[in-house]
Amino acid sequence: MAIAKEVRTKIQSIKNTQKITRAMEMVAASKMRKAQERMQRAKPYAQKILQVISHLARSTSEYQHPYLQSRPINKVGYIVVTTDRGLCGGLNINLLKTVVTDIKAWKAKGVEVSLSLVGSKGTAFFKRVGGAVLGHAEHLGDAPEIKDLIGVVKVMLDAYLDNRIDALYLCSNEFVNTMSQKPTIQQVLPIVASTDEKLKHHWDYLYEPDNAKILLDQLLMRYIEAQVYRGIIENLASEQAARMVAMKSATDNAADLIDDLQLVYNKARQSAITQELSEIVAGASVI
Amino acid sequence: MTQTMRLDIVSAEKEIFSGHVESVSVTGKAGELGIFPGHAPLLTGLKPGNIRAMLPNNKEEIFYVSSGMLEVQPFVVTVLADTAQRADDIDEAAAIIAKENAEKALANQNSQVDFAKATAELAEAIAQIQTIKKIRKHR
Repeated sequence: MAIAKEVRTKIQSIKNTQKITRAMEMVAASKMRKAQERMQRAKPYAQKILQVISHLARSTSEYQHPYLQSRPINKVGYIVVTTDRGLCGGLNINLLKTVVTDIKAWKAKGVEVSLSLVGSKGTAFFKRVGGAVLGHAEHLGDAPEIKDLIGVVKVMLDAYLDNRIDALYLCSNEFVNTMSQKPTIQQVLPIVASTDEKLKHHWDYLYEPDNAKILLDQLLMRYIEAQVYRGIIENLASEQAARMVAMKSATDNAADLIDDLQLVYNKARQSAITQELSEIVAGASVI
Repeated sequence: MTQTMRLDIVSAEKEIFSGHVESVSVTGKAGELGIFPGHAPLLTGLKPGNIRAMLPNNKEEIFYVSSGMLEVQPFVVTVLADTAQRADDIDEAAAIIAKENAEKALANQNSQVDFAKATAELAEAIAQIQTIKKIRKHR
């Protein structure tokens, strides 16, 4: 019965693992729903602020904010959003691969690249492979707040205003649906002017305080933060979705393993019984 | 019937209020503002304070905002509320912390991305994931 006992302990340990992966799957599913809700809740703000900015951009034609002007690109910046934890399939790897390919393309053109990182997976990666990192934030948790990312964004905005970077990109996973997440690289700066026809009429605003520049400054900064915030929330939803799928397949795999081991166990048990029986029969026949 | 206008109060993290109101009073950077339907287009920053909205059914709703922006069009009022306390020096402090974090997390490393290393590492990880997928298929 030695084999049978070994198999039985193995089955028990796999069952324990399966319990854990199943629990993680369910936790990820509920966290994903919450992250999706958060994505929805952040939408009205992004829409409104974009509307206000396009109104404003139309009404103050004499003043061009640097965020709205494109200039020749000599240096670029990336805000790379990754997860804080692992066990989420190829989510981070796929994103980092896209980023590295992109950086390589810039380097080939002689363009320098600086980075700002959100999430500890990205930090660990760039720590090993190198890279000029200007800003860093991690452990934002399941409900990140705008105030947690002001710093990382401001570092890059300052770099842009000081001409240390000429364009800023946001890299994060796009939440397509539960089964698929797509790594995307999105241009944040310079802001691409919206060509929405609906906003054609323009307002002659009164400004309080009487300076459009300060207001526009504030607005654009909020807008960019909102964009990065959306990227982080969407990445969070992607993370939970990827983890849910990974944990589901881990649970399924554990079930398969248990089935196989159960078969081995039954066979071992049966052969042990057969052996015992034949021993008794043989003993009886001797007498 | 009195005229109404649309009021939207949104923050980056959620929508706070959306509906029709008869009037709104807010604390702007330059002073208290009372806004009725048909107000001239206006854009201003907000000081910490209350937003009082008069609803058509004579009820009053009060919201608190720490700061933000107010946009007024004749029949649409939008409040973009900040969720965090904002001031130039606070923002500056946050930026410095982000920088320090970066320095701490990535101490003594060169600023050039080592592409050979990066590619190797990514290739390895991708190979691992693909192997796992293959094993799953063959089961």
